[in-house]
Order: sequence, then structure tokens, then C-alpha cells
Amino acid sequence: MQRVITARDSGRVVCRTCSLVAPENQVRCARCKERLKSRDMQSLQKVWAWLIVGLIAYIPANTYPMLLTTQGFRTEESTIIGGVIDLFDHGAYSVAAIVFVASIVIPVGKFVVIGYLAILTARRHRTDPHRLLYLHEVVEFIGRWSMIDVFVVAILTALVQFDVLATINPGIAAVCFALSVVFTMLAAQSFDSRQIWDRLEDGANHG
Amino acid sequence: MRLAYADGHMNADMGEASDVVGCPVCDAVYRLRPELSQRATRCPRCGYRITFGKTAALAWLVSLSATNVALLAMVVFLPFLELRAGQFDNAASVIDVVLGFSSGIMVPLALAVLAFILLLPLSRFLLLLYALGPIALGRRNFPNAARALRYAFVLKPWAMAEIFMVGVAVALVKLADLATIAIGPAFWIFALIVILNAYQDTLMCRHTLWTALTCNE
Ligand SMILES: [Zn+2]
Repeated sequence: MQRVITARDSGRVVCRTCSLVAPENQVRCARCKERLKSRDMQSLQKVWAWLIVGLIAYIPANTYPMLLTTQGFRTEESTIIGGVIDLFDHGAYSVAAIVFVASIVIPVGKFVVIGYLAILTARRHRTDPHRLLYLHEVVEFIGRWSMIDVFVVAILTALVQFDVLATINPGIAAVCFALSVVFTMLAAQSFDSRQIWDRLEDGANHG
Repeated sequence: MRLAYADGHMNADMGEASDVVGCPVCDAVYRLRPELSQRATRCPRCGYRITFGKTAALAWLVSLSATNVALLAMVVFLPFLELRAGQFDNAASVIDVVLGFSSGIMVPLALAVLAFILLLPLSRFLLLLYALGPIALGRRNFPNAARALRYAFVLKPWAMAEIFMVGVAVALVKLADLATIAIGPAFWIFALIVILNAYQDTLMCRHTLWTALTCNE
């Protein structure tokens, strides 16, 4: 593979929105008016900050009830895991699996992967950058799908209002969960992928 | 300084030529031959897709946006799901789904859901129409068209109509033994929007759109 010239090497900066190349000291992109920055030096701090608030919001999202179902005079509270178990008991295995993946596997996987990328990008490394970029892309793409359970709560709340017979209300966990998804999406977006390539040690994998 | 072409050939001096593009993912800079930008091109270093290779996409993109705006307007007013249990009968539009939340601490959540499933997808279609419509019609760009196109890209991950549809499917299973559910016309229209939107996203090539916008000034 021939030597690649980066924008920074040649005293330029690439617009991350429209990929136009501008001189290094230019503040805003001439084409789309995006703020230009050769490297976002605060990116890792932002990633950690969003990730930690996301993690903090994820704890009450799992311990408090997501749904409050009132049937007759009895109110049942169900957490995220409780909802998955209910679906499983009803024999709706594939739907139980969807909710489990969206509400547990994806969020937890996201915390781990973003943390891993942030730790690795903070120092020099020899890991194949293509693999790291791929991880980042996957995290950005699937992160938003964990919103499913919040939408389910919204739909059930609106539909099931039989007053005496049954009512469904959202629990406080729905708010915490939605916030957790938003914060982790912001964490993934704060990541500056160019630093993965900057910190690559010479002689390392060039795929 | 010598600069590589995206297809691997070397080139002489890098001037301020218009075919110089940078990769937003890994910061590599190279030239993109005009004929290459009509095809699918990847960044030679990191593999990021610079061009999607669909040139006739612009008119499609504009008409799909217009269709989606019209369909979304219908979704708001038509019944989405109807639920029957004994003598109780409750038809809900998408707006009802959102308003189901709206008391006390749940108000912000209701607004967020409204934004994710209706307002943000709608704004995104309108921004695309505003930025690209004049090009498709052979007119001059509207003021701030570039800003509109930039926000259309920014909004993409926050428009979650397709995730909402999966949520509907899960909700239907959860309700299966509590009541009978009838699916309203808005449900099918919403499903159609999700499909059209997925196709539209495959046409959203940044390079093509930004070049078209700049050339139309
Ligand atoms: Zn730009």
C-alpha cells in the first residue's frame, strides 16, 4: 500500500460533514458552515462524560419499574427484566429475545465497547484500526435500537385505558432508560475516529 | 506534494483543485476523478464509503421526501391501532400514543417520543426538500440551503420511526391475551414510510449531494 497523505500532514483540515478540504486555520467550512477542527482534543473527555452519565441513568432504569399494570384493584410493577421473563413465560420467545437484546445486550455491550475504544485511543496502539472503526460503526448503528422498550411502554400506556378493568402506566424507569440511550448515543458521536489512526504505531497492521 | 488518486494512481501537484476530497473518518486526503465520483468509491485507507455511486439519485431523493411528508401528515390523523376488550373500545392515533404519557414527570418523555417518531423524521424530510428541491426543479438554491442539508445529516440517527414499528410489534404480542387488536390504516402508512425511508437513506451520498448543492449556486 502506498503512503497516504493526511490532511493534517499537509496543513489542511477535512470537513467532517461534507469532506471538503480547507486550510488548517480556517474556522468554518466554506461549503456547509460546519465548524472545522483538525482533531477534537476534548473528544475523549466528552466520550467519558456522556458514557458515565449514560451508565448512571442505566442503573435506575433497571431497578425501578418500567410499567405499572393495574387490573381490578391490584397494581403490578414490572422492570425491564421482569417484562422479558413475562414474555418468555407466555411462550413469546422471539419477542422476549428482541426485548432482551434491545434493553440489556445492546446497552451493556455499548458501555463496554465505547469504554474499550476510549481507553485504546488514549494511548499508542498496534490494534488493526479497521477493526476499531468497524466496532465504532456498529455501536453507532445499533445504539439507537435500544429505544424499543420505551416505545413499547408508550404504546401500551395509550392503548390500555379501560379504567376499572385495566390500566397501564409508565414507570420512572422509562425516563431513565430513554436518557441512558440518548447519553450513550452522544458518547458514540463524540468519538473522533481520526485519533485511532494518529495513535497507530509504525509498522503496525495496515490491512 | 504528490497526492494519490482514490483508485490508486499517483498524481502530480495537489493544487486547490475541486476534486480534492478528504476522508472524514481517518483524515486521508486524495483526488477523486470526476468519472469515479459517479461510482461507488471507498477511502483507500480506512474503507469509508465516500460516494455511493448513484447519480440520478437527487430527483428520487426529493420526490421520496415529498411523499414521506404527505404520508406522515396522514399518519397523524388516522387511527393507528384499535383495541377491544369486552365493551371497551379504544382507537389510538400516533398522537394518542404520545399523549398517553403526558402527566407530571412523564411530559418530557412524551415530548421526546413525539420528537423521535414524528417531528424529527418530518423535519428531516422538510430540510431535504428545502435544500435539494430547487436543484431538482432547476432553480437557484434557497438561502441557507447548505445549513439545511447539514442538519438533515445531523438528524439522521435521531429519527427513529423504524424502531417505533418494532416497538409496535412487541406491544401487540404483550397485549395478545388482554384484548383484541385491530390494525388501523395509519399503521400501514407508517410501515410504508419506514420502507421508503430505508430506500431513501441508500441514496444519501454526501459527496453527490454536496457537489450538487455547490454547483447549483
Ligand atoms: Zn463542510
